[in-house]
Amino acid sequence: MIIAERKPVDEIMEMLQDFKKVLVLGCHGCVSVCSAGGEREVEILASLIRLGSKKEGKEIEVIEGTITRQCDKEYIDSIDQWEGKYDAVLSMACGVGVNFIANLRPTDMVFPAVNTSFFGGSAEQGVWSEQCAGCGNCILHYTGGLCPVARCAKSLMNGPCGGSMDGRCEIHADVPCVWQLIHDRLERVDRKEQLTKVAPIRSWTTAGHGGPRKVVRDDLTV
Amino acid sequence: MSNFTPDIRAYCCHYTSQQTCADGPEGLKKDGFPDCVVLNRIPCTGKLQISTLLKAFEDGADAVYVVGCPEDKCHNLMGSQRAAKRVGAVKKALSELSVEPERAEMFHLERGFHPEFVAAAVEMHKRVSAMGPCPFKGEEK
Repeated sequence: MIIAERKPVDEIMEMLQDFKKVLVLGCHGCVSVCSAGGEREVEILASLIRLGSKKEGKEIEVIEGTITRQCDKEYIDSIDQWEGKYDAVLSMACGVGVNFIANLRPTDMVFPAVNTSFFGGSAEQGVWSEQCAGCGNCILHYTGGLCPVARCAKSLMNGPCGGSMDGRCEIHADVPCVWQLIHDRLERVDRKEQLTKVAPIRSWTTAGHGGPRKVVRDDLTV
Repeated sequence: MSNFTPDIRAYCCHYTSQQTCADGPEGLKKDGFPDCVVLNRIPCTGKLQISTLLKAFEDGADAVYVVGCPEDKCHNLMGSQRAAKRVGAVKKALSELSVEPERAEMFHLERGFHPEFVAAAVEMHKRVSAMGPCPFKGEEK
């Protein structure tokens, strides 16, 4: 899922300084699961905005809402239910949601309430870690399911590097060397010989350096 | 400032407040429990949400505090630990808004009526009286 974190309140307050009626809009997708922008976080942020405004002696009306997803047109259209009740939308979705509101509601002012961090997962409660870089050219079948693009500090294709020590990455003692994990895992499943294969030069053309990417599924475009 | 009577909201679990509630308002008053502390009794402090504490400030509280079981002896195992984390989040939020984080506090107390239950209220009363009205009220200190 996409992992995000709420922006500092003063940054949010600065964005909203010219507005009197704000719709704080959560998303039931990834940001709900990572507790950054779901219903509960909407309630908290709305409260903080009201308190911050009170302290500054300003009046602001905060409307709270959460929609199923902010990355699909039909759900963005459901913002119509608050039509005329807000003069700015503060989206608690990831950057995709903010872009979708900007794309599909050309006259709405929209601001991001969270920083979109990475694609990751939670192996223990309250802790998320990056697992995928969305590079568009998966090589996980070569690496035992562990991604060196996202999880190696240098995104090496032939690690480990000289900075790997006792299974840890040189950037921080808390970061496991993913290439050590790859070697250990492939050895455990008796597939280590696949690392001796000479791989073709990796194509990074799918990794976003050529501008925004697009997936088109002809069977779904009716 | 001398006329300031703080509005303090206490959230305590069923277990830590058992005897307190049995004593009733008169008993509490006799024991020195400040009048301005409003008790909100909940089944377990682990149920308490961050938004509940923030709403108390929106409603005009000068401070909030939570009384839960000892960290390692919660009746519901980890309820008071969760409450402590949420009080921590409220403290952080208050700091973000440049308001004293000491206006939110967590106390871990043994079950039943103890002088510590009253002492927690007295401590908060003393602390908030010294700090003055909460800046969210927009009043001059």
